[in-house]
Amino acid sequence: MIPETLKISLEARVASAITAREAAVDVMKELQAHYGWLTDEAVEEAATLLGLSPLQVEELATFYEMIYRRPVGKKVIHVCDSISCWCADCDKIIQYLKDKLGVGLGGTTADGMFTLIPCCCMGMCGDSPAMSVGGTPYGRLTTELVDEILEAERHKA
Amino acid sequence: MELPLFRHNRPDRVVTFDEYREEGGFEGLKKAFSGMSPNDVQQAVLDSGLRGRGGAGFATGRKWSFVPRDLPGPRWLICNCDEMEPGTYKDRVLLEHNPYSLIEGMTLACYALGVRHAFIFIRKGYEKAAANLARGIEEAKQAGLLGEHILGSEHSIELDLHLSAGRYICGEETALINALEGKRPNPRSKPPFPAVKGLWQGPTVVNNVETLANVPAIVANGAAWFKGLALNPEGAGSKLFCVSGSVKNRACVELPIGTTLGDIIDGACGGMRDGKKFKACIPGGASTQFLKPEHWNLPMDYETVAKAGSRLGSGGVIVFDEGHCLVEATLNLINFFARESCGWCTPCREGLPYVKEILTRIENGRGEEDDIAILREHVKYLNYTFCALAPGAMAPLDGLLRDFEDEVREHIVKRKCPLK
Repeated sequence: MIPETLKISLEARVASAITAREAAVDVMKELQAHYGWLTDEAVEEAATLLGLSPLQVEELATFYEMIYRRPVGKKVIHVCDSISCWCADCDKIIQYLKDKLGVGLGGTTADGMFTLIPCCCMGMCGDSPAMSVGGTPYGRLTTELVDEILEAERHKA
Repeated sequence: MELPLFRHNRPDRVVTFDEYREEGGFEGLKKAFSGMSPNDVQQAVLDSGLRGRGGAGFATGRKWSFVPRDLPGPRWLICNCDEMEPGTYKDRVLLEHNPYSLIEGMTLACYALGVRHAFIFIRKGYEKAAANLARGIEEAKQAGLLGEHILGSEHSIELDLHLSAGRYICGEETALINALEGKRPNPRSKPPFPAVKGLWQGPTVVNNVETLANVPAIVANGAAWFKGLALNPEGAGSKLFCVSGSVKNRACVELPIGTTLGDIIDGACGGMRDGKKFKACIPGGASTQFLKPEHWNLPMDYETVAKAGSRLGSGGVIVFDEGHCLVEATLNLINFFARESCGWCTPCREGLPYVKEILTRIENGRGEEDDIAILREHVKYLNYTFCALAPGAMAPLDGLLRDFEDEVREHIVKRKCPLK
């Protein structure tokens, strides 16, 4: 269950929308930030807040790349594999991430820290290869830089 | 001549509201509100020859003219900042340096179209751009340039941000409208076009960031000035080119329309990386066809690039060198489109994975001669869809088969990738 304060702020967000469901993406994002991923319970809660059926929320939740309908690690790594990053040898970076974290694509590290997911173009083509960790973008990746970033992100709250 | 979009940019930070105003910012808005009718603004945009900078290149003034003025109920303007076309990062660079040209341009567009409430649809990952815009909107409101009774007039315009959660198809204008309404963002069947029935069934204009950011300078300086910025007579204005791939300096630059491909690569980007040879490029984001060495001196303008068999598209130039296998590059593009397909239309949902499978086979040395014909068939039939995702995906494949068939065949004959 979500705390009363979050519920009140989400109700206010929905009330300010032109139609309630217009706020759906904002509501899903907030609930995901609270639970760590969009749990079944969160889908039900979003539906109540938005005046939709859980199925209607599910239709949205499963559509967006950054809404997670399964448990993920504390920080999700989205690593770009689109064409500009391919030109900058992103395959090597992706392989390095897999080896270093000991997971396949979609996998979460044993300590629950990171989930590794490939993503499409991040708009960082001028600084490829690129990835984001917990929402922070990083470009011009090398294997050494990846080491540094993961180390820093591990200790950053 | 000074180009309109990047002239306010500071190298390492976002321009401030005061700096933008001191450098002539909001002059277009003041001019429009003190003597131009909404029709005058629309006419200026039409006469300027401004074309949609998001990729399709449709004439902006014409798009605006399709909005019926006599229907009751609200009309809407949406700025499309769902920049997810691979190789395209111009709108991010623009907004991270200057949110005000877009805010002023949208206010002018609202004035021209009779819109009271507009939205900026921003992709996930562009939080910095979104923060700049949120701050800029507040500053403009405080200064009486946005919000209630703009510059003391009877016109009130509201601007809201919609922060998306990541999916390429949201950049397609009817999918974007569904997304904004909180519906699953599948594209809608057209007609009716958004100009007639769009957001909440009301007349709606969807324009790209760069397109709208051009409007203030057009209004302030006139249509003839804007046309004169281009280097070739068919063109108009400047263009943001964001270059990636095998160049020395991967940069996002503003250049006159009609600048040649060679001048973009050798001039703005310092030439090819590591002395490599130019093999091909995609001139305008993932859904455009390849240009080749023979196009080095081609003026980059909508008409001339189209005549050369490709599209100027978004201006996302992706440069390949002699070491790049274009079968693998095309496979990468198809993989992107197959993953981002929303799955609504069968040719796209079923066709793209099949194309991906065939290209994978060819790249891995297991291709058959028949595969080329099967790929050609897909180029032909993946057009039967609600939106341009699948036809767009077929553009680089069509280009591969047209311009680099020998390279494809070499994979099949040698039973391996000749570049590995």
